[in-house]
Amino acid sequence: MTRSAADVTRGRPVAVRCRSVTKTYGSGQSAVRALRGIDIDVHTGELLMLVGPSGCGKTTLISVIAGVLDRDGGECTVLGEDFNKMRSDAKTAFRGRNVGFVFQAFNLIPTLTIAENVSVPLLINGHKRNAAVEQAKSMLSQVGLGTRVNDYPNRLSGGQQQRVAIARALVHKPKLLVCDEPTSALDHVTGQKVMELLRDVASSNDLSLVVVTHDQRIFEFADRIAEMDDGHIEQISGGLGHKVAEHPSESALT
Amino acid sequence: MYATALKMLFRDKSKYFGIVMGVMLASMVITQQGSIFVGIMSRTTATITDMGWPDIWVMDPKVAFIDDTKPLQTTALSRVRGVEGVNFAAPLYKGQLRARLDNGEFQNCIVIGLDDATLTGGPPEMLRGDLSDLRQADAVIVDYVGATTRLARANPLPNGKPIPLAVGDTMELNDKRGVVVGISKNTRTFQSQPIVYTTYSRAIQFAPKERKQLSFILVKTTPGMPIAEVCKRISETTGLAAYTSREFTWKTIMYFIRNTGIPINFGVAVGLGLLIGTIITGFMFYSFTVDNLRYFGTLKAMGTRDGTLLRMILLQALVVGVIGFGLGIGAASWFGTSMRGTPLAFVMTWQLLFVAGSAVVIICMLSAMLSMRRVMTLEPAIVFKG
Ligand SMILES: Nc1ncnc2c1ncn2[C@@H]1O[C@H](COP(=O)(O)OP(=O)(O)OP(=O)(O)O)[C@@H](O)[C@H]1O
Ligand SMILES: [Mg+2]
Repeated sequence: MTRSAADVTRGRPVAVRCRSVTKTYGSGQSAVRALRGIDIDVHTGELLMLVGPSGCGKTTLISVIAGVLDRDGGECTVLGEDFNKMRSDAKTAFRGRNVGFVFQAFNLIPTLTIAENVSVPLLINGHKRNAAVEQAKSMLSQVGLGTRVNDYPNRLSGGQQQRVAIARALVHKPKLLVCDEPTSALDHVTGQKVMELLRDVASSNDLSLVVVTHDQRIFEFADRIAEMDDGHIEQISGGLGHKVAEHPSESALT
Repeated sequence: MYATALKMLFRDKSKYFGIVMGVMLASMVITQQGSIFVGIMSRTTATITDMGWPDIWVMDPKVAFIDDTKPLQTTALSRVRGVEGVNFAAPLYKGQLRARLDNGEFQNCIVIGLDDATLTGGPPEMLRGDLSDLRQADAVIVDYVGATTRLARANPLPNGKPIPLAVGDTMELNDKRGVVVGISKNTRTFQSQPIVYTTYSRAIQFAPKERKQLSFILVKTTPGMPIAEVCKRISETTGLAAYTSREFTWKTIMYFIRNTGIPINFGVAVGLGLLIGTIITGFMFYSFTVDNLRYFGTLKAMGTRDGTLLRMILLQALVVGVIGFGLGIGAASWFGTSMRGTPLAFVMTWQLLFVAGSAVVIICMLSAMLSMRRVMTLEPAIVFKG
């Protein structure tokens, strides 16, 4: 059964709310207008996919949403907070508590065991080392890697590494998870497994997921799909190919 | 997070090894060259420092350094003794005399004539005989290095080793007879000439007849008197130059620094070691951090504060600095130890280690700072790119 975008999000609180968000890299002749007025909401418990051609601004948008990049204009609140009104350290601490990251290249620290890697967000949040490593190990069991906890990342396959990365992104129970091309370094089957894992955690915790992808084969995992082009959201559909509006006005969604 | 920083460093074995090697080489070159430099400089002042005894050295105002003797009037001694604050003043003869060797060759020696009554200013250590043996007729004491090398006798056997000058042997100084009554242990001097001790009056007999023979007056001050004050009084009342031992040491060192190329050459070597070490270490540490940029960026994205990242990198720098420096001075002192007993001048002082150590740690810190600039400006592109 297909769902409309509005069906999916009805009644759920808004975790991320962007209005007319703009971002320009550089200035003058070489300026690149990466975001040209983005309107989008991400709801608690949903998996939102951001799709679009290369260079359309997907990474830029999730960087703004996750608080690693400052927007130039418009409004954006994440869990009720506005990053542009926070001092740098407060923003960093906010990310540490509330945001999880999954990267295309996994970004596991090669000189740490996978348990140590997964414990890092807990250490950042001030947990004791031993307790953090224990918690990391149980998180690794949940993603099916309980027997590999003392291995270094390079001993693992790509899919396993991405599962470690997901464990790391979730171990401190963040409210927002941003994933940039989480499956594009993986084969189809492995990618499906990784997405199933993400799908499960998203629905079982009150977590908002934003997943950037090129990979059409994983569209089925989306609650909603936002298509971007040239710094704009072109359309938002509920699930695969379900068009809601040609030029979405967010009022229709909330 | 600091333990994490250390794991990132130690477990990246090849890079860790490379950086530590860089720091080690830099530390080794700096301390090794520095020690040779200090060694050479301490040789230039060996005559002063071996004679730890006097508080003040009195001399002709034109004397520029220890080997530059300009004789004083004999009356200067009694004038110095008359200055308030001078507890005790002894004459010292210091000159160069030619010793005639068995084979007919000549060897220049430093002759030091000690006050007949007190024998003050003698060698720091006696290996054979006793200082008081100088009171015997024609007695001289020769330093060990001189006795075993330049003053040693030719061995009559073909290819035999030279026979060291020993107690009981006679030598000719400026055509006058001397009898060796003792062998002393001295710091090698700059020109490595043999040192011959004798009494002041005998030294004057040895020396070519001249009207003035008194080279220095050694002064011990009255306890409780500020030495600088006594120096001032001596020079005011006698018109002679009066320096504390320390001042005279520095005056001599400065003379060598200004007038010979050696200190400059060593300064250049030390400076080059520092420069090359800085470049190697800085470059390696910088590239280590740059290689880890994605991970530092990831840590920052995940919520690590700038201050924490900064301290993590400084910790890494400090650790490689300290370990590399430790290995470097270890290697340098091994070199120094293995050169012991050779003519090489090698003196490692704690001041030298302190300066070299600070330099190395500062190098590491600076390169860490340089790397930090890249980490502080978190580029989403670096973290997110595939
Ligand atoms: N740091 C930067 N400086 C200048 N231009 C940048 C920078 N980062 C991104 N851009 C430009 O901004 C635009 C949007 O980039 P962004 O990385 O957000 O695209 P994307 O949709 O993630 O593309 P891809 O699918 O290739 O990852 C592109 O034209 C890109 O070249
Ligand atoms: Mg991208």
